[in-house]
Amino acid sequence: MMTPHDALLNRRRWRWWEPVLWLLALAVPWLLPSHSLIVNEIAIVALFALSLDLVLGYTGIVSLGHAAFLGMGAYAAALFAKLVMPDPLVGLLFGIGVATLLGALCSFTIMRGSDLTRLMVTLGVALILMELANKLDWLTGGADGLQGVVMGPLLGRFEFDLQGQTAAWYSLSVLILLFALARRLVNSPFGATLTAIRDNRLRAMAIGIPVTSRLAVVYAVAAALAGAAGALLAQTTGFASIDVFEFHRSADVMLLLVIGGTGWLYGGVAGAVVFKLMQDLISSITPQYWTFWIGLFLVVLVLVGRQRLMRPWTWFTRGGGRKA
Amino acid sequence: MLTILFDGIAYGMLLFILAVGLAVTMGLMNFINLAHGAFAMVGGYITVLLMQRLDVPFLLCLPLVFIGVALLGAVLERTLYRPMYAKPHLDQVLFSIGLTFMTVASMDYFMGSSQQMIHLPPWLKGRTELGEGAWMLGMGHYRLFIIVVCAALTVGLQYVLARTRFGSRLRASVDDQRVAAGLGINVNVVFLSTFAVGSGLAGLGGALGAEVLGLDPTFPLKFMIYFLIVVAVGGTSSITGPLLAALLLGIADVAGKYYIPKLGAFIVYGLMIVILIWRPQGLFVRQGGKS
Repeated sequence: MMTPHDALLNRRRWRWWEPVLWLLALAVPWLLPSHSLIVNEIAIVALFALSLDLVLGYTGIVSLGHAAFLGMGAYAAALFAKLVMPDPLVGLLFGIGVATLLGALCSFTIMRGSDLTRLMVTLGVALILMELANKLDWLTGGADGLQGVVMGPLLGRFEFDLQGQTAAWYSLSVLILLFALARRLVNSPFGATLTAIRDNRLRAMAIGIPVTSRLAVVYAVAAALAGAAGALLAQTTGFASIDVFEFHRSADVMLLLVIGGTGWLYGGVAGAVVFKLMQDLISSITPQYWTFWIGLFLVVLVLVGRQRLMRPWTWFTRGGGRKA
Repeated sequence: MLTILFDGIAYGMLLFILAVGLAVTMGLMNFINLAHGAFAMVGGYITVLLMQRLDVPFLLCLPLVFIGVALLGAVLERTLYRPMYAKPHLDQVLFSIGLTFMTVASMDYFMGSSQQMIHLPPWLKGRTELGEGAWMLGMGHYRLFIIVVCAALTVGLQYVLARTRFGSRLRASVDDQRVAAGLGINVNVVFLSTFAVGSGLAGLGGALGAEVLGLDPTFPLKFMIYFLIVVAVGGTSSITGPLLAALLLGIADVAGKYYIPKLGAFIVYGLMIVILIWRPQGLFVRQGGKS
């Protein structure tokens, strides 16, 4: 007889392949030093997707403005490095803190209304922040972006090199740490209540789950993760521009999360790897028009069915691929 | 000041024509169509091509564009959109974003990324001024033309919706699809024709707005948010709601950009968020419909 407690414990246990996977990831910048930059990018995007997965995959809130938190983290970390102190870890914490605050504030906007309303509100928040970053040019550098961010050495010892090895290891370690935290979170009773809210909000309310506070907490946590991704982005590139608030950031991260699969923490990571490599490949063939192929991919993906794409053997049976 | 009001109304009217199709399809099928702006852009480009390559006069272009984009909408509805209706909202969002990306990239490929110009006939270029001083009303003839066309369309739409048999079928299908189908209304045909007319109107709006809003391949992304604001704020259950929302948005945007250019788009987005938090279903909600 398996009690719910056992089920949660069972899911929480690390599988043998998980540490292997992460160790392999850590080995990549060492084995292929020339690809460190893209490893760094993938790690950051994966962290961002992980954050969206908490909101979208586990709680069922459709957000088209997740870039708001990414951008907030990026600007906070860049400004902190420029104005206060160049230490990356403190800057990272500062970025996370600011993004969490923003997430907690914004969580009030996603409580009510339909999917469309939430879509609009999240998108609106991201756009307002982009306008702010654009208009407050004495602080953020306006449309030119915030330049001249010089980072100090990591832990006072490891300098950020041009090849990006340090950056890749830094981002990967942060990703692994936060991934473990997120994994712990979704496999806790708290995480179980989130899935309950996603599947049936009314019923969740009826069995006594405090829906509002759960939503607020998970939104703030997701904002923190996205803020961490933004801070890493700003620190490893030494640059923050209003591009981080752009609509295509939010759309891309949603796309890659869907490629990897929602409601599964590795979905974001897998999606990030596939998406970034695909972007790299296609844009080296047709630099200007690669959005066309992404668009085509999305349309086909949805027409075939998101669940079925990963299961080719269900493609030719009508409706059989859908899980009940 | 009156001039600003006038420009705002013209802008709002234009937005209304662009967005009304979206409002109806969203209310009807509960389908979040982010690709609506793509239809508008196609309309704009058809106008540009017709006028530049074939020397079709501007006035003749407008009905041609309407018919062309409506046909395109009908074909797409039948082939691509219909399987989407039953899917969750996330799928619909992804699907329509994908469609938008494809349109943007292919327009970029075929037409180039530069801004396209529409050469207006001379009689639309002038400007008439009435009154004096602070109360001076300067009316660009083209904006006046937009207002007249859009007002006529609005009245026409309202008439069709409220007075004709098709209108009552449409309203019945919006209120409750299953019961409407049970009463012998062919809901699929209603959907198809509504979608076609809605995209045709968007195309028309794109053709009319090419001069005012500017036309380049990023058009659908740039104005998507505006259409969605109109629909989200106005509600999807009537066309008066989106009309008022579009006018409000147009006036707020033009006035905001004129008086407080520093704040730019804040006013519009801020207003939208406040309204949506205050009334999540939109400002004007008709009671009794199936939500």
